[in-house]
Amino acid sequence: MAEILAVEGLVTLLGGEKRFLRAERPPVRAVDGVSLELREGEVLGVVGESGCGKSTLGRTILGIQRETAGTVRLDGRVVSGVDPRTARQMRRDVQYVHQDAAAALDPWWSIGRTLDEALVINGVGPGEERARRIDRVLRDVGLDPTTKRRYPHELSGGQLRRVTLARVLVLAPRIVLLDEPTSGLDLSVQATVLRLLRELRAELGLTYMFISHDLSVVRLMCDRVAIMYLGRIVETAETAKLFESPVHPYTTMLLAAAPRLATGQGLHAAAIHGEPPSATAVPSGCAFRTRCPHAIDACAVTVPTLDLIADGRRVACHRWPELAPLERV
Amino acid sequence: MLVFRKFLRDVSAVIGLVIVLLTAVVALFAPWLAPKPLDAHESHPLLRLKPPSAEAPFGTDNLGRDVFSRVILGSRAALTVAVLVVSGAMLIGVPLGLVAGYRSGWVSETLMRITDVFLAVPQLILALALAQLLGPSLKNAMVALTLTYWPFFARIVYAETRRLKTSVFVEALQGLNASSFRIMFAHILPNAAPPIIVRATIGMGFTILTAAVLGFLGMGATPPDPEWGLAVSESRQYLPDAWWFATFPGLAIFLVVFGFNLLGDGLRDVIDPRLRRSR
Amino acid sequence: MAEALLHVDGLRISIPTDDGLAQILDHVDLEIPKGRIVGVVGESGCGKSTLVRAVLGILPRAARVDEGRIGFAGEDLLKLSPADMTRRIRGKAIGFIPQDPFLALNPVFTVGTQLLEIMRWHASDGRAAHRAHLVELLRAVQLPDPDAALDRYPHEFSGGQRQRLLIAGALACRPRLVIADEPTSALDVTTQLQILRLLRDLVSRFDVSMLFVTHDFGVVAQLCDDVMVMYAGQSVEAGPTAAVLDAPKHPYTQMLIACHPDRAQDLAGIPGSVASPLKPPSGCRFHPRCPSAKPVCHGPRPAQVHVAEREVACVLYG
Repeated sequence: MAEILAVEGLVTLLGGEKRFLRAERPPVRAVDGVSLELREGEVLGVVGESGCGKSTLGRTILGIQRETAGTVRLDGRVVSGVDPRTARQMRRDVQYVHQDAAAALDPWWSIGRTLDEALVINGVGPGEERARRIDRVLRDVGLDPTTKRRYPHELSGGQLRRVTLARVLVLAPRIVLLDEPTSGLDLSVQATVLRLLRELRAELGLTYMFISHDLSVVRLMCDRVAIMYLGRIVETAETAKLFESPVHPYTTMLLAAAPRLATGQGLHAAAIHGEPPSATAVPSGCAFRTRCPHAIDACAVTVPTLDLIADGRRVACHRWPELAPLERV
Repeated sequence: MLVFRKFLRDVSAVIGLVIVLLTAVVALFAPWLAPKPLDAHESHPLLRLKPPSAEAPFGTDNLGRDVFSRVILGSRAALTVAVLVVSGAMLIGVPLGLVAGYRSGWVSETLMRITDVFLAVPQLILALALAQLLGPSLKNAMVALTLTYWPFFARIVYAETRRLKTSVFVEALQGLNASSFRIMFAHILPNAAPPIIVRATIGMGFTILTAAVLGFLGMGATPPDPEWGLAVSESRQYLPDAWWFATFPGLAIFLVVFGFNLLGDGLRDVIDPRLRRSR
Repeated sequence: MAEALLHVDGLRISIPTDDGLAQILDHVDLEIPKGRIVGVVGESGCGKSTLVRAVLGILPRAARVDEGRIGFAGEDLLKLSPADMTRRIRGKAIGFIPQDPFLALNPVFTVGTQLLEIMRWHASDGRAAHRAHLVELLRAVQLPDPDAALDRYPHEFSGGQRQRLLIAGALACRPRLVIADEPTSALDVTTQLQILRLLRDLVSRFDVSMLFVTHDFGVVAQLCDDVMVMYAGQSVEAGPTAAVLDAPKHPYTQMLIACHPDRAQDLAGIPGSVASPLKPPSGCRFHPRCPSAKPVCHGPRPAQVHVAEREVACVLYG
């Protein structure tokens, strides 16, 4: 599969701006040197616990959050290093669907106006053309045309999710960044939304970046998975390989802790240590070393590089050669 | 309609609305409602300071004019001042608050520090100083009140904008590459509307009160205009014998201010997008 | 099966709303045997939280109990006066662990002040004894440095630690039943597992039973001995976790579990939407969405039948 989007050494600092007559706040390294690529037509899962920077990574790739360092390439063309509005102009093929669908819609605007606005902003005209595209996208996401007259508070969680999807799909993007696309949804609604996402990808030839903390959903939906911990990627691999044989100690811990629909899983089987440190106090060297059962002195000194190893996965761990029977490439 | 049903359940808000509507009707038809519309300017020395009677239900003033007619005629000045001053203040304060809240950096800081300076000086004193500078007249009083009232709107809109700027729907619009102008005026402004409307409503009552104080202190309306504050001022030397001369214009001020305040509080609860229904 | 500590029988509760009478609970049966953890699972609108409120005696003032009883340690909680519920039951015989550890503690008081206050309402052993007991509990919930922790403020603790504090608070008055309302839904999975382990250990160590409300079947599989599935205010299936999750019998349970990403292959979902409590369907409330529905499902609600280790309320097994 051809690479469609690539980020290299992406760093995003949040906060810490100097403000007039007020105390300066130290910035948080929300995204700290992330490199990854999206291949045309795939679903890449980005997984991590809250505060690991996965949403900030999505917002930086989208362009509404400006990167502090690093490059973003779309079809091989550099689209970073510019102000957010220019970045959005250059990255129109990339769209983002927010986690909280109810909050992502202006409560005073009807659904029809909201969808129309997305087209107006992006210079689609005339009115009849926009109306046609809105009707088509509503059919695509499985909503009734009468939804146009409704207001966000009149819709259910599943319907709102479909509206936010429709709002970006009406712009015919190639890459959709889905931020926790099923959080807050009931199990039965989640199933229908996941099926819709699958169908849309096949029909419209979309590429997804699927940001989630739900490993069961990620396993079902994604082709490849990237695991993040405190702003850095610790492991990427094809989904099946990652779930069968995790290499990074954090991936191992995360998989062991994730609840699964399997009876007889021992509550006490996995070794879990501590809680994630705050993003304002990231440990030196490997950020995971404070909770890692395999940590040695060297882990506190240097940040491990994301090494490409034999089965196509990448791991950022000083001790992976001892933990996995795989060769470096 | 859901909004009306909810509003009608709030008794005090309905009372406020009735008072405000009545005042508006009275102001609109004042020259026809007042039994002696010419008493706006004419004086009748022979009828000086007569107590309330069938002929003059609120009595007569020091120049023999019918107080009842003058209270009715005075509602025009009161409402005109309220509407013009509050709209003027909103016209200045709302855009400034929006821009200052949405942008960050020196533009925003400068605008808000200017606002703070205005807010640090009591509005009445500032208005008095300005009115003095411009010369006493109702028009100048309105200018003075407008120039001192806008910071209240700038503050509210600024705070609301700050809050809404980080909301998810604004971020979603940025993601669609919407312009700042569109985000500010088409999205943030309607969402910030409830506190603005409440403030404007209560502000109308407040402005009527302040205008009356200016009139009372001789910085507002000029004789012989029928204005409530001015009337109370003129009545001072005839108290307590001619109690009606001060009481009825004073009651009018009280009632209208009270009505606006009740209405403002009631509106707070009903301006809510969740009460919108698709047709 | 062991003797039941909590026994909810045919509970029906309705609440008047602006749009009419909402029949929130329409026949709920639940049994919590001594020393066991029972999960209550269901989608939003299934009435889980109303059930919890009914057991704790904190239903909204307008709520009406139409039928049923809540048996707890030999008495019917629905017959107790509000004063009795406050003095003897809530916070004392029944402990409560809330959903969001970030909202449940008042940020302006130290955690010691807040936890000791709860104990002062229910016992009169004196402050020193309370404090000693509390430090003991904080040690039991594995909070580092328990003595100093009491003098700190909520913001000085992480989410997982706050949940530990709240668990200690629920255990403070030596309850016999602990109700946990989605206690881990605000936490990350690694922290969640630690809390679940802690709850499992505490249940046997302090000899309590637990009602664990959740929407996550994975968590049920990890923690609960038994599970009760609710749909639109009715209990539809209840039994040992392994039996219910591995071979569900009620059509709703079957379809719901088939929606779980660990099982789902075609992601079919469940056609239709949850029945409104304002105009609920007659009989089994699931019948309008049920592929196996028969005319008899419109009739009276099916009685619970004991099938393959569990209770099922469905005519298919009558």
